[in-house]
Amino acid sequence: MIPINLIQSTAETLMDKAAIEIPQDYLDGLQEAARTEDGDLSSFVLKAMLENYEAAKEDRRAMCGDTGVPRWFVKMGNEAQVEGGMVALEAALRRATANATNGVPLRPNRVHPLWRTDHNNNVGIGAPEIEYGYEPEGAWVDLITVHKGGLFGSDYRMLFPSDGIQGIKRFYLDSLMAFGKRGLACQPAIIGIGLGGSKDICMTLGKRASTLRIVGSRNSDPEIAKMEDEFKELGNSIGMGAMGFVGKNMVIDCNIEVGYCHTGGMPMSVHAFCLSSRRAVARIHADGQVEHRTDPDWFTDYQRRETIDWEPMREAAE
Amino acid sequence: MSAPREIILSTTPADEEIADLRLGDVVYLDGLMYTAREGVYMRALEEKANIPMELPSQSAANFHCSPAARINPDGSFDMGAVTATASFRFAKWLPEWMAKTGAKLIVGKGGMTSKDYKEYFVPNGAVYLSTVGYGTGALLGRGVENVEAVHWNEELGLAQAMWVLKCNRMGPFIVASDMYGDCLFERENAKIAKNVARVYEGTRPATLKRYGESDDRTDEVI
Repeated sequence: MIPINLIQSTAETLMDKAAIEIPQDYLDGLQEAARTEDGDLSSFVLKAMLENYEAAKEDRRAMCGDTGVPRWFVKMGNEAQVEGGMVALEAALRRATANATNGVPLRPNRVHPLWRTDHNNNVGIGAPEIEYGYEPEGAWVDLITVHKGGLFGSDYRMLFPSDGIQGIKRFYLDSLMAFGKRGLACQPAIIGIGLGGSKDICMTLGKRASTLRIVGSRNSDPEIAKMEDEFKELGNSIGMGAMGFVGKNMVIDCNIEVGYCHTGGMPMSVHAFCLSSRRAVARIHADGQVEHRTDPDWFTDYQRRETIDWEPMREAAE
Repeated sequence: MSAPREIILSTTPADEEIADLRLGDVVYLDGLMYTAREGVYMRALEEKANIPMELPSQSAANFHCSPAARINPDGSFDMGAVTATASFRFAKWLPEWMAKTGAKLIVGKGGMTSKDYKEYFVPNGAVYLSTVGYGTGALLGRGVENVEAVHWNEELGLAQAMWVLKCNRMGPFIVASDMYGDCLFERENAKIAKNVARVYEGTRPATLKRYGESDDRTDEVI
C-alpha cells in the first residue's frame, strides 16, 4: 500500500523538477544542434538557451516564464495499491499542482475558456488532466508530469489511405512551416506524430509521442523507426532553425506512434514539444522507495499490444 | 559566422538611440518596463480605466508577458521566470495604446508584420524587440532587479495584471524591426522561401480539403 502523503510529496518534487531542469536527453540533443548550427542568428539563440538551462538550475527558477499547462500521466503495475484509492490519488495530484504553482512559482496559466476565471493555481475544470496506463506486473506507481507549453505547433487532419506517405509528409511539412515561422512553435522541438486511432486518440498518440518518448528513442516497428529518422532529416532540411531564422535545426527528434483506425481513414496529428521540454518522472514502490528519472517509458510492448490477451511468454518463445 | 552586436538600452530611450538599432542587434534593457497584454489593453482602452503609471516618462517599454511569479501574503512579490507571449494577437489594440502611452519599445514574442511596423511603429518612433528562444525565462528573470508594483491584479488576475519591473541589464532581446519598418522575421522567411519547393517535391496535397484552403464557402471540400 503506497501512502497518500508520499504520492503528494513526490508529485510536488516532480512539479519543481519539470519546470526547472531540462531533461538530459533533450539537452544532449540541443547541444548537438548547437554544435552543428551555422546560421548566425539561430546559433546565437541556441547558445542563449543553453545558458538559460544553467541559469534555471543555479537559481532554482523555472526555465521559461510560460510554464505550460501541468498535467499528469499515472502508470501502475497491476498489483499497485494506493492509500485511499484513486480518488485520493487524484486529490493529491491536484493539491500538488496547486501548491507547486505558488511554490516554484509557476505561471497560473489555467483559466475558464469563456469566463477566463483564474484560480491562480493551475487547477480547474478538467485541469490538470490525469491519464492512466497499466502494466501487467508490479506494485509500483509511476507519476509522470508534463508541462507542455505553446498554443502553436499542433494540428490534426483526416487523411485517407490514398494520401499515402507523400500525404503524410505534406501535412508534416505544412505543420512545421506554419508554426516554425517566427519560431511560434519554440523549436527546435521534439515533434510527435500520431497516426490512426479515432480522432481524439489520434491527437493523444501524437501528444504522447512528443512528450512521453525521449530524444533518441525509436518505435519498436523497424519500418516506423525508419520513418522517424527520415522525417527528422526532412524537417531539418527546410533551412529553418530556432525562431524561424535561417538554420538547420528545427527537429531535435521525430517520434511516431500509431493506433488502429477506421478502415477508410488515416487520421494524423502533429505536436511539438518545445525548447523547454518539461517532463519529470518518479516510480514509487510499495515499500516507499522513490526513484526519479526523466524517461517516462510509456510506450512499452504492453501499451503497443495488438492481441486480445497479453501472453508475453508465448510471444517471447516465438 | 559573426556574433551579433550587443547594445545596452534604456527603457526610456532617446530617438537617436532607437534610430541606431539594426535588425538582429542584441539588446539588454535598463530601467522600468511594464507588462501589458489583452487584459490591460481592454481595461485601459475599452473600459477607459485610468492607467496607474506615468507613461512614457516612467517607462516607454511595453512587455507582452505574464511572469511565473507570486504575491506573498505580506504583499511582497517573488519573480521566477519571465518570457513573452506571441504579439501578433495584440495588433488590434497596439496603435491606440502607442498613441496613448508613447511606448517606444514593444517587447514580445514573434514580432508583428512589416505592415504593422510601417503603419504605426515608425510614425510613433517605436521598434519591436523580440525575446530569444523562446524563451530564456531564467536569464530574463535574473535581469529583474525588483518588482516595483503589480497593478490591476484584483481585476485581471496574476497572469493579466500590469507588472512593473525594474530591469538591470535584462536580456537578451533581438531587434526585430527598425526605423524603416523592416521586419527581421520576414527577411528570414524570404531567405527560407527559396528552399520550399525542393523540400515539398513529391509530396501530395490532401484528398479532403479544408475551408481556409478555399475561402469560398460555396465550394465543396472534396
